[in-house]
Amino acid sequence: MPFSELGVYVFLLAAFLGLELIRRVSPLLHTPLMSLTNAISAISVVGAILITGAKDATTLSRVLGFIAVTAATINVVSGYLITDRMLKMFRKGDRAKQ
Amino acid sequence: MISAFVAASGILAAVLFILALKWMSGPATARRGVVAGETGMLLAVVGTLLHHDVVDYQWIFIAFLVGSATGVPLAYLMPMTAVPQRTALSHAFGALAAALIGTAEYYQHTPHGFTMAALVIEVLLGYLTFTGSLMAFGKLQELLPGRPMVYRGQNIINLSLLAAAVLIGIYLVVHPEAQELFPIFSGLALLFGVLLIIPIGGADMPTVIALLNSYAGLAASFMGFALNNYLLVIAGALDGASGFILSVVMCRAMNRSFTNVLFGAFGQVQVKAAVAEQRPVRSATPEEAAQVLEAGKRVIVVPGYGLAVAQAQHKIRELYDLLTRRGVLVQFAIHPVAGRMPGHMNVLLAEADIPYDALFEMDDINSEFPLADVALVIGANDVTNPAARNDPGSPIYGMPILDVDRARVVMVIKRSLSPGFAGIDN
Repeated sequence: MPFSELGVYVFLLAAFLGLELIRRVSPLLHTPLMSLTNAISAISVVGAILITGAKDATTLSRVLGFIAVTAATINVVSGYLITDRMLKMFRKGDRAKQ
Repeated sequence: MISAFVAASGILAAVLFILALKWMSGPATARRGVVAGETGMLLAVVGTLLHHDVVDYQWIFIAFLVGSATGVPLAYLMPMTAVPQRTALSHAFGALAAALIGTAEYYQHTPHGFTMAALVIEVLLGYLTFTGSLMAFGKLQELLPGRPMVYRGQNIINLSLLAAAVLIGIYLVVHPEAQELFPIFSGLALLFGVLLIIPIGGADMPTVIALLNSYAGLAASFMGFALNNYLLVIAGALDGASGFILSVVMCRAMNRSFTNVLFGAFGQVQVKAAVAEQRPVRSATPEEAAQVLEAGKRVIVVPGYGLAVAQAQHKIRELYDLLTRRGVLVQFAIHPVAGRMPGHMNVLLAEADIPYDALFEMDDINSEFPLADVALVIGANDVTNPAARNDPGSPIYGMPILDVDRARVVMVIKRSLSPGFAGIDN
């Protein structure tokens, strides 16, 4: 099967899986959820690396790729760190333990 | 050997991303989800660096350094009230990365057919989300006026702009070698992003942020199609789905139709507080208010963004401690649009060290208001206004609200916490 066809299958399955998973996330955590998915989609850094590091990359590709790697890295780093920072603040009350 | 590792790292990363979202479902497992996400990302990046096509590392590592040096302070120094701004900014970065990669790929390889179609959509979504998110950031940061900027024929201008961009995009798919059109296409997408967001008012920002989140995710997913990379397709689809669900939740909470929002053409309807309740309003001194609160057995607090503006979370926390110690049951009722992005109020209260099991969603708490002795409304307005239930003329008619008026006593605290206690008696 060519990539295009298989890719559409993969996309649809991932989208449905995503819808089911996200529906289960407590609204309590919607803000950290958004920063986490944002960090995950910064996986575009992978595409940026492939463009920037390619053997035959033109100067234009390298410049654009460099900016893209930087922007995606900012999202990766700040996304995961701030998600964790937020989640650390959520604590259970004493009442629930009783 | 190395190519096997490269392949395996991508698959493993996809699994870890899915687990990360699964663990995000509740506060008990959520931090594990972050670790899973980080591990997946690390694997994917290392796997890609080892990829045989990647030969030049110098610029990549400089970009890693610059990105980390910017990202770390962004994560640690950002106050929790500014999280919506940071989120808007990160949507802008993510979308910019997608658009630039698409642009670079176009000039480098000039793909054809399916790949070119994916690339065109990637670049369109990327550039419009980039400028759109920057505008949202400007509004949230109050660099731009928060009120909607509207002019005559706005929808027609916006739609024709989008149509022009789409037409040029289609032409580029058929004739990828028409390089002179590509900058025009990109420019139209950038401009459309700006025009899409300026008519939208500050009250709609939670929906807009969720929507831009979805667009940014889809841009990443289409990048996966353009670069033949399944991991990108999956991660982007997950992000797109997440943004989609959150914007549906926000729409429902504000009683907006989803088709309206999908194209951003919802700026015209500006939610305005229609307060003017003709009820006996009684002002109370803080002492009196304290007595009422103490006499109650059950208090439901309704926080709004005003609470965050007044930085009153910690005062509320003191009140919560005080009342809990005296045996009063204190619960917090969180409207889905409280704050400036989905779930924002929960984070603000968690920061003030209020345990999350005292926080309740609208649907869970509404049946409890008739049982409550006091409903304490702090810096919240529309979300408690019974006009949404009774008054078809009200701009917020039909919006689901918190039924504070069903509690025995309602106390309202407006901005500037200390002197201004005004009680609306039921």
